[in-house]
Amino acid sequence: MSSNVITVPVGQTEARPWVDELHQWLTTVDHKRLGILYIVSALLFLVIGGVEALIIRIQLMHSHNNFVSPEVFNRMFTMHGTTMIFFVAMPVLFGFANYLVPLMIGARDMAFPRLNAFSFWLSFLGGLLLYFSFLGGSGLYGAGNAPDVGWWSYAPLGARAFSPGHSSDYWTLALLVSGFGSIGTAINIIATILCLRCPGMKLNRMPLLAWLNLVMAGMVLLAITPLSAAQIMLLIDRYLGGHFFDTQAGGSAVLWMHFFWIFGHPEVYILIIPCFAFMSEIIPVFSRKPIFGYPVMVAATVCIAFVSMSVWAHHMFTIGMNSYANSFFTLTTMAVGVPTGIKIFNWIGTMWGGRIQFKTAMLFSIAFLFQFLIAGLTGIMMACSPFDWQLSLSYFVVAHFHYVIVGGILFALFGAFYYWYPKMTGRMLSERLGQWHFWLFLIGFHLTFDVMHIPGILGMPRRIYTYEPGRGWDTLNLIVSIGAFIQAVAILVFVANLIVSYFKGAKAGNDPWDAWTLEWSVSSPPPAYNFATVPTVSSRRPLWDLKHPEDPDSRYE
Amino acid sequence: MLTLRMKSSLECGWHIALLLLWSATPLWAVGPGGSTGQGTSIFSPASTPAKSIADVSVFVLVITGIIFLVVFALLLYSVVRFRGRATDGGREPAQVYGSMQIELAWTIIPILIVVVLFLATARVIHAVQDAPEPAGALDVIAIGHQYWWEFRYPKLGIVTANELHIPVSEPDHPTPTFLQLLSVDTDHSFWVPELAGKTDLIPNHPNRMWMDPQRTGVFMGQCAQYCGTQHAKMLLRVSVEGADDFGAWVHAQQKPAVEDAGVIAGRQVFERNACMNCHAVGGTPADGRFGPDLTHLMSRATIAAGAAENTHDNLRLWIQNPSAIKPGSLMPAMKLSDADLDAVVSYMETLH
Repeated sequence: MSSNVITVPVGQTEARPWVDELHQWLTTVDHKRLGILYIVSALLFLVIGGVEALIIRIQLMHSHNNFVSPEVFNRMFTMHGTTMIFFVAMPVLFGFANYLVPLMIGARDMAFPRLNAFSFWLSFLGGLLLYFSFLGGSGLYGAGNAPDVGWWSYAPLGARAFSPGHSSDYWTLALLVSGFGSIGTAINIIATILCLRCPGMKLNRMPLLAWLNLVMAGMVLLAITPLSAAQIMLLIDRYLGGHFFDTQAGGSAVLWMHFFWIFGHPEVYILIIPCFAFMSEIIPVFSRKPIFGYPVMVAATVCIAFVSMSVWAHHMFTIGMNSYANSFFTLTTMAVGVPTGIKIFNWIGTMWGGRIQFKTAMLFSIAFLFQFLIAGLTGIMMACSPFDWQLSLSYFVVAHFHYVIVGGILFALFGAFYYWYPKMTGRMLSERLGQWHFWLFLIGFHLTFDVMHIPGILGMPRRIYTYEPGRGWDTLNLIVSIGAFIQAVAILVFVANLIVSYFKGAKAGNDPWDAWTLEWSVSSPPPAYNFATVPTVSSRRPLWDLKHPEDPDSRYE
Repeated sequence: MLTLRMKSSLECGWHIALLLLWSATPLWAVGPGGSTGQGTSIFSPASTPAKSIADVSVFVLVITGIIFLVVFALLLYSVVRFRGRATDGGREPAQVYGSMQIELAWTIIPILIVVVLFLATARVIHAVQDAPEPAGALDVIAIGHQYWWEFRYPKLGIVTANELHIPVSEPDHPTPTFLQLLSVDTDHSFWVPELAGKTDLIPNHPNRMWMDPQRTGVFMGQCAQYCGTQHAKMLLRVSVEGADDFGAWVHAQQKPAVEDAGVIAGRQVFERNACMNCHAVGGTPADGRFGPDLTHLMSRATIAAGAAENTHDNLRLWIQNPSAIKPGSLMPAMKLSDADLDAVVSYMETLH
């Protein structure tokens, strides 16, 4: 495998003028550079979305607070949700998929490099459009404002009667444009995985990361299309006299809910499945064992994908569906817990009997398992639709899905950053700053989101800019807000680590973790086109085979 | 209820215990003075639907709590027991690829748990949603507006706002209240946690819910579905009264508005300005439907959908500048002169 390492000619490493460098980045079709562009743009939006969250938390620190007006508060939670889902979580995961999938399946690039670039720029443009609403939201009316209809923009609140001006049009267009980008990337990932695997890499030898991203991309095709369709219908309603969702003219508010959630629930799995993929690579390496139950992990993922397409209306238990519909969606939602549980068991099975190395990446992974377990269990609580009649639309739900998105997705992503940053930059992230980042974020996270469940149980609805004293909500909200600021400090440590380590980090070498998949066989960062000669593999862990010729995996598969 | 909660919290590990412990917060937040009527915990039900929900919720909490304990113990054990040690000497552990027997076990057991949870849930869904309406039931139509509640009692000929009055339901003589839920603008959600789960009010999509409160008192709630700028101050209170008190309230509400010659000036201000375009006062030409019915305004404890106490000063401030109490409210500032303002407030204060 060492013959595979491309020695970089001296001329290529000379410093170019920054204009050339910028031009290279703007016009690149290289999957690795596009991956990094996705990741960096997502980090930018993460900071913006985080600031919006802090504004929300300051306002809610105590009852009858006047830090921001109700209008500003409503814009903040709308922008926070939209930004975090569409312009942080999806792009950063697409970024990792872009970067890692070709390297891990022994390909030299994605199947359609120019479509890849186009998709990235569409999704980035979507984010810019969303934020342009702060300046141009009201168009001719002068001062701009951001959309304030919530990230679901439930009908008829998104209709022109209730949302005049153009602020929610920016929301619609941003999602439409970035949605097309997502669809392009999904097609690209599917084509790459199905067509560009290196010799010997049969489907049942693919790293789980590639498998799970394949499933994720398939779900993107099925989930983003109804969202895009609904956005187009909303535009027709707003500007061409349509009445799909216009309740004043006989349209249906419930139709919008179905459209939105048949996107919205699979979306959660679109976000979490790539994180399962990170876990399935990181946990084995730091436990020094192969993944436990590889075929079951693949089957469970496919099963999750199928079942999660039929659970969307559990977001709608309070809209007055009949008892049969509520029972059906209770059953499907509980059922999706089974394959998800299987995955957690398999990760624990992977650690069982291993020799666990507590690098920062592994710490984040263990915290992921713990938090994802709780998030799953509160999910089961809300799958029980009568329980959900109380918990839905309350702070309990807010705590639950932040447990999934922060406690699950973001922790897994931090693990992925610590694990693959050395490959992407050639430098190690500082373990010392990493420990600070991990423990601060862990404490902040639990302070915020453990406590946040309780006001929901005590009857506090979400999306309220202020609340009445005397309900027992004040102290709890203060603790939640304090936790948010601790998390913000942790994020600053993380960003500092990314920047400082880029210049001063220890050299990574090709394979700092003694790992087993193909990306660790090439230099860090990998050269253009990745592999001098296309590798040939004969097991799921080609580098294990290389390092242990006396006992290769290929003997058992 | 409380003992049940404490018992289950012992079984369910610290996390669930924490949740449950805090769910009792209102009990000690209100202190020795007893109920202030401010409690909104979903675990202090006062009505059959809320009680059924709380019961199945505790059941689900116990099951998930046990799952949590088992899986967390496994996770903790494997992290501690299988941590890398300096004495490993860089050797790799045994490479284990999986086991079909174990996979089957941890597939089948969760499936069984799901079946049990589903059956327990389906029973409650049916019991709450498909409950027939008994003959003695009270019918109320609740209509969501940005940002207040309209309550109409079609059989009693009463229209009121924001403060729902319903009778207590005795076990041997049930008088549940069945609500029909409508909306004139955006989506809202009717949520009084101690009485029932929430149900949305959706335009063009009438919904139904019911409650049969078993103790008297004032139960608090608010709009739970984001409905626009002042979603936060679309508060809701339900006065549950004994049969006699409720009968007296009905009787008072059915009367036309009090006519008081002393406030004729205020009434003229009200009827000559745009006030009467939106508000109704029974027995007078004012019959607007966009805003709350004011016929018996002074029978209500609050104004502006619970955003302020119904006092002279608040009433005056509200009419002068609604944004001071509720920015984004759809009631315009009428820019009345001080004299007109005082007159119209005096008129309002006669509407008992």
